[in-house]
Amino acid sequence: MGKLNYRVVVFLFAFIFGVVFSIPSLTQSEDNNTTGKKITLGLDLQGGLHMLLSVKTEVALESKLKSIGTSVKYNLEDEEVVFEDLKIADSKVVFELLDTDDVPKVDKLLADEFKEILVKKDALVYEISLSPELAIKTEQNAIDQAVDTIRNRLNMFGLAEPTVAKQGTDKILVEVPGIKTAADEQRIRALIAKAAHLQMMAVDEDRANRVYGMTEAEAAQYGDIILADVNDNRTKYLLYSIPILDGSMLTDAQVGYKEKSNQPLINFSLNGQGAKIFADFTEVSVGKRMAVVLDNQVYTAPNIIQRIGGGQVQITGSFTPQEAHDVAIALRSGALLAPVQVEEKRSVGPSLGADSIKASSIALTLGFLMVILFMILYYGMAGVIANMALIANLFLILAVMSLFEATLTLPGMAGIVLTVGMAVDANVIITERIRELLHQGVSVTKSIEQGYNNAFTAIWDANVTTLIAAVVLYAYGTGPIKGFALTISIGILASMLTAILGTHGVYQWVLPKIDKNKLGFWFGIKKEKGAK
Amino acid sequence: MEVFKYNKPVGFMAVAKRFGILSVVMVVLSLGLLFIKGLNYGIDFAGGTLIQVQYKGDAPIENVRTLMGESVNFKGANVTFFGSDSEIVIRTKSSSNAVDSDVGDEIAKLLEGSGEFEIRRVDMVGPAVGDELKTKGLMAMLFSIIGILIYISFRFEWRFALASIMALMHDISIAAGMLVLFQVEINLPILAAMLTILGYSLNDTVIVFDRIREGIRTIKSAQLEDVINESVTRTLSRTTLTSLTTFFVVLTLFIFGGEIIHGFAFTLLVGIVVGTYSSIFVASPVLMWLKFSISEFREKEAAALKREKEKEKMRAMYEQGTI
Repeated sequence: MGKLNYRVVVFLFAFIFGVVFSIPSLTQSEDNNTTGKKITLGLDLQGGLHMLLSVKTEVALESKLKSIGTSVKYNLEDEEVVFEDLKIADSKVVFELLDTDDVPKVDKLLADEFKEILVKKDALVYEISLSPELAIKTEQNAIDQAVDTIRNRLNMFGLAEPTVAKQGTDKILVEVPGIKTAADEQRIRALIAKAAHLQMMAVDEDRANRVYGMTEAEAAQYGDIILADVNDNRTKYLLYSIPILDGSMLTDAQVGYKEKSNQPLINFSLNGQGAKIFADFTEVSVGKRMAVVLDNQVYTAPNIIQRIGGGQVQITGSFTPQEAHDVAIALRSGALLAPVQVEEKRSVGPSLGADSIKASSIALTLGFLMVILFMILYYGMAGVIANMALIANLFLILAVMSLFEATLTLPGMAGIVLTVGMAVDANVIITERIRELLHQGVSVTKSIEQGYNNAFTAIWDANVTTLIAAVVLYAYGTGPIKGFALTISIGILASMLTAILGTHGVYQWVLPKIDKNKLGFWFGIKKEKGAK
Repeated sequence: MEVFKYNKPVGFMAVAKRFGILSVVMVVLSLGLLFIKGLNYGIDFAGGTLIQVQYKGDAPIENVRTLMGESVNFKGANVTFFGSDSEIVIRTKSSSNAVDSDVGDEIAKLLEGSGEFEIRRVDMVGPAVGDELKTKGLMAMLFSIIGILIYISFRFEWRFALASIMALMHDISIAAGMLVLFQVEINLPILAAMLTILGYSLNDTVIVFDRIREGIRTIKSAQLEDVINESVTRTLSRTTLTSLTTFFVVLTLFIFGGEIIHGFAFTLLVGIVVGTYSSIFVASPVLMWLKFSISEFREKEAAALKREKEKEKMRAMYEQGTI
């Protein structure tokens, strides 16, 4: 053996590095929790739910506008300004003054009390709209709030490592691995989608008995709305449309059980302000009914028997324990300011993921063995050296992916298979160059050195072009495709190290052993007549 | 073992015209297919829902087709076997945007009673996302071509870059033509495969070009045709071997990799064959037809070498402290 050179030492380190850091990933399984950084399997391999959601921000804008409208009304009435036709139309709050003398007062009021709104005046008609900055702020707020809320809900649901992240400016990416059944998946989706808008509303007892003969429009005239019972949508309630209080004053919600029937129910607590409003309301409303409304459905509407202090309230209704659990989570994590919609959904069952892993592993193993055998058959010892690089390359890919805690997807597996095919390319080029020189009668030492020199630019340029394609793919790809680009890129970089530097070092190391009379064994070529 | 042993240059360029005609015919046919029949866009790009269902035992495919046909929403749904007799895939153009209940749930309900089954996969892509993915895919294609063009122009010469892009177009159009011919569903992994072909084809071309560049310096003949013939012949062994190993590895992926990876592997197989062919019979002759001038290139190289040498001399002088 020759002297250890720096190349072979680097190669050895790379190899050890590769093996050590890929061990946590290779030994991981469901029941054993190996420590250390490891590769996570993509949702397409381990099964799970991937969703790209968009937020209906127009709903958030609408409610912002509504609250401005309410505020304008309150302020105008407070200042005793006479106006008519206050309404919301075309994303604007519109009203008309009756008295020209009020104009300066109203202008001052709008300027003092409201920020970031645009006011357009046409004689006595005012049009108020949101300024672009406020509109953007409101939209962003709705999206950020949705991200937080959904994340809270999934975390509370107790699933392993859900991902909820904002994607781009207006989308939300939700990834939930490890879902076992379609029913579970649907339950999770229902939890995500739940608006969880809780309201306490008073029943309009004066007109309550007329509810079945009343239209929505008629109810609106009295400032009422008609809502149905959650269990039986034929049972209707006539409620004052302005709620007594809403879910924003809620501090906690927990599942409890009725004493005798063991029926699940939800206990929730109100904050100080909410508790006071609730106590005051119940004090003056003894004998009347109060409805607990969740997402525009009446869950319960009991008679108020006495003042209720302390801010502890219960929702009953025929919940299953599961539903009660999910509703409590949704209430605790707060309401969604604006509803979310699915733009893209990919869900993979765990059995399909396992099948994909099996299939691609078989392909990888077979492909790998085939290449290894071929290289040995065709190139002899040179093939063995190339195979060392190939094996090191495979470990390096796994190690680097583990260190970055990257995700391995099905296209990623394909990427590794393809890398195996392409990684030998560098060694094929090099060995061909060496053979060429040997045929010309150049000495073994010189052939190896010059072979590496000659091959270098070709390998370099070829790898850089492939790398450019892979990087662009990574930048523009989504989900699984990114995984493919990632494994290819790492594979190319690793192959530069193992195939060019590593094998060169090995050649230099074993050089004294190479017998120039046994070129068939070492390089798979027949000794030519006349060769020196 | 040694299969391709270099003896003397093979006259590739003498037959280049004939292969050129073959290439043009193939490209025209492919483009024709592409424009007349069009690509079979999967739900990733067209939007819609795909549901993969596995039955215990054989899938009652006719029954499922009837069930779909009778429903109001999924009348045009396409139901096919997927890899085995127990597994089917239902594709429909409709997608829904409600989070809590979607097309997948509806179809699962419709199938109730058709046997014991498990829903293994539901992919749903809304129309807006489909368009976005399409744009992103085209952008990816365009940017990688531009990036590679710049790199090759920088490393070689503009004619090399142009010739490699022509080879690339040739490969991509033929691969796309094959996708149309075999009615392969175009989804995201196919796009990734196309981009891989792009990288692979260039990889192959670059290695041949690198040898031609080297040949220009070392081969005495000033005839480009001779230089190309000798260079291509000298890389023939490598080109064939690498293509074969890659081809067989991807073939295992095609055969054993499972149904989901099928189209992806198919596209790569086509790409490897066409990419190898084009580096020899498209990229190299185009270089010749573009009237690449050896003497000009040699002069430029010499000038560059001279500049480099002068620089080195200066540096050496600087280091010795003479400046």
